[in-house]
Amino acid sequence: MSVLVYTETENGKFKKTAFEVASYAKGVADMISTTVTAVAINADDTSELGKYGVDKVLSVKNDKLNNFNAKAYADVLKQAAEKEGSKVVVVSSSADAKFMAPVLAINLEAGYASNVVALPESESPFKVKRTAFTNKAFNITEITTDVKLIGLSKNAFGLKENSATSTAEDFSPALNDADFSTEVASIDKVSGKVTIADAEIVVSGGRGLKGPENWGMVEELADVLGAATACSKPVSDMGWRPHGEHVGQTGKPVAANLYVAIGISGAIQHLAGINASKVKLVINNDPEAPFFKAADYGVVGDAFEVVPQLIEKLKEFKANNA
Amino acid sequence: MKILVCISHVPDTTSKINFTDGDTKFDTNGVQFVINPNDEFGLTRAMWFKEKQGATVTVVSVGEAETEPTLRKALAIGADEAIRINAKPTDGFFVAKQLAEIAKDYDLVIAGRESIDYNGGMVPGMLATLTNANYVNNCIGLEVEGENATAIREIDGGKETLKTTLPLVIGGQKGLVEESDLKIPNMRGIMMARKKTLNVVEPTDSANTTQAVKFEKPAPKGEVKLVSPDNLDELVNLLHNEAKVI
Repeated sequence: MSVLVYTETENGKFKKTAFEVASYAKGVADMISTTVTAVAINADDTSELGKYGVDKVLSVKNDKLNNFNAKAYADVLKQAAEKEGSKVVVVSSSADAKFMAPVLAINLEAGYASNVVALPESESPFKVKRTAFTNKAFNITEITTDVKLIGLSKNAFGLKENSATSTAEDFSPALNDADFSTEVASIDKVSGKVTIADAEIVVSGGRGLKGPENWGMVEELADVLGAATACSKPVSDMGWRPHGEHVGQTGKPVAANLYVAIGISGAIQHLAGINASKVKLVINNDPEAPFFKAADYGVVGDAFEVVPQLIEKLKEFKANNA
Repeated sequence: MKILVCISHVPDTTSKINFTDGDTKFDTNGVQFVINPNDEFGLTRAMWFKEKQGATVTVVSVGEAETEPTLRKALAIGADEAIRINAKPTDGFFVAKQLAEIAKDYDLVIAGRESIDYNGGMVPGMLATLTNANYVNNCIGLEVEGENATAIREIDGGKETLKTTLPLVIGGQKGLVEESDLKIPNMRGIMMARKKTLNVVEPTDSANTTQAVKFEKPAPKGEVKLVSPDNLDELVNLLHNEAKVI
């Protein structure tokens, strides 16, 4: 009956979202008076999960699972859910989890609610709140199946520490060869750079920056803040920045703690994509830019003057608060 | 190669989002509906396969009669024929079930990674699983040679190249083609679209697994706090002490 949670790893270490989904699963388990079981695939050390309320870890070690594979991973989770008799399964909103979740939903005959932002409003009927219309609204969804699958929005629940001790158990689910008919040929990932998906702070530039040659200060500001860099749609359409940096309704969603928009006017599609961020700082020379209406903090001024000064101020601040 | 492109009929990205009937229904008043942007990138890639590799392209949508102009637009862009499954798309599972009935006759099924209205993000994966096809989500590049396909998917912080085979279902997005490759139907296309087949089929009986009960709009935003460009110390102070984000 325990709540099952998929705690993702990268190179053997848990991702931060793993602790967030574990915290959420603990919240659900408390509501329905049960325990939390996590599934960890090729994790070096699973003991850390106890801190976020996990009672038991099913630890899967298998070289065939070194690369993410949506069908094979869904198969592992299905077998874990059946073994535990889980009625609620929780996954994150990472690219991998969103890839896998619909497969798992069919395998478990579970109703799936993605982009969930809070603990269930009620247990029976089982209702959850999720974002819809690309963050322009919320939608209360009732999951009507016996088994429920929840995809938790990033940064929506946060980390909740619990002083539990988790026990680890080796778990060796059967793998189906047919699941490996899609194979990874290569992975192209910039190492050592904060990704938009994992970043707590995102620094984003728009057309107001006039050209790709002016991105040095955006990168420097991101560097000082430990942030990921992003851009508006026109900037990626014009090829100033790679598509992977495009945030907005048709690009990547951003749910950071702080979103810094430089020279972005704030079109409705852009705002929709970044709306889930907690604090928004806008730097723009046009006081009429619609983004100021959606911002928490604003500086009306020339980005080419404001940003370099802000970098200096932040460096001073970091030096004093190190 | 037979390609099926799944089209969702969604409010234009600039739409104001409001609800009616005690916040239980989306208010379509004054809203312009379009091909879901993620699907349109896929449709445009399908057109490329049609032109370069002689593929045939069918578009399909689950929706009631008011969605037909959206399918006609897809025909005007160049799809060969359209199918409308005559039902309200009540949840992702229901839609995937309906599409699975049709999709089993195709080699390649292109859907968008998510619709921009409900953002469920589940139809491509469910459809692939129901039809036992290979599946790639967040697809930003796709080549097909005979039975073999190479798909690039966006991952957090980069991209991954996958080798797979047909039948294949992809969840597509921008990157499959460039924004500038999107086609605006010309007059000839629009005229031809009128003569193309648009088959209406009835849904197979199928249950839902979720139900949208109610909608809420986000709480109105407070006033922005403006800081003078000459006083950036204050900005750093606010971000640290008030917002607590640095």
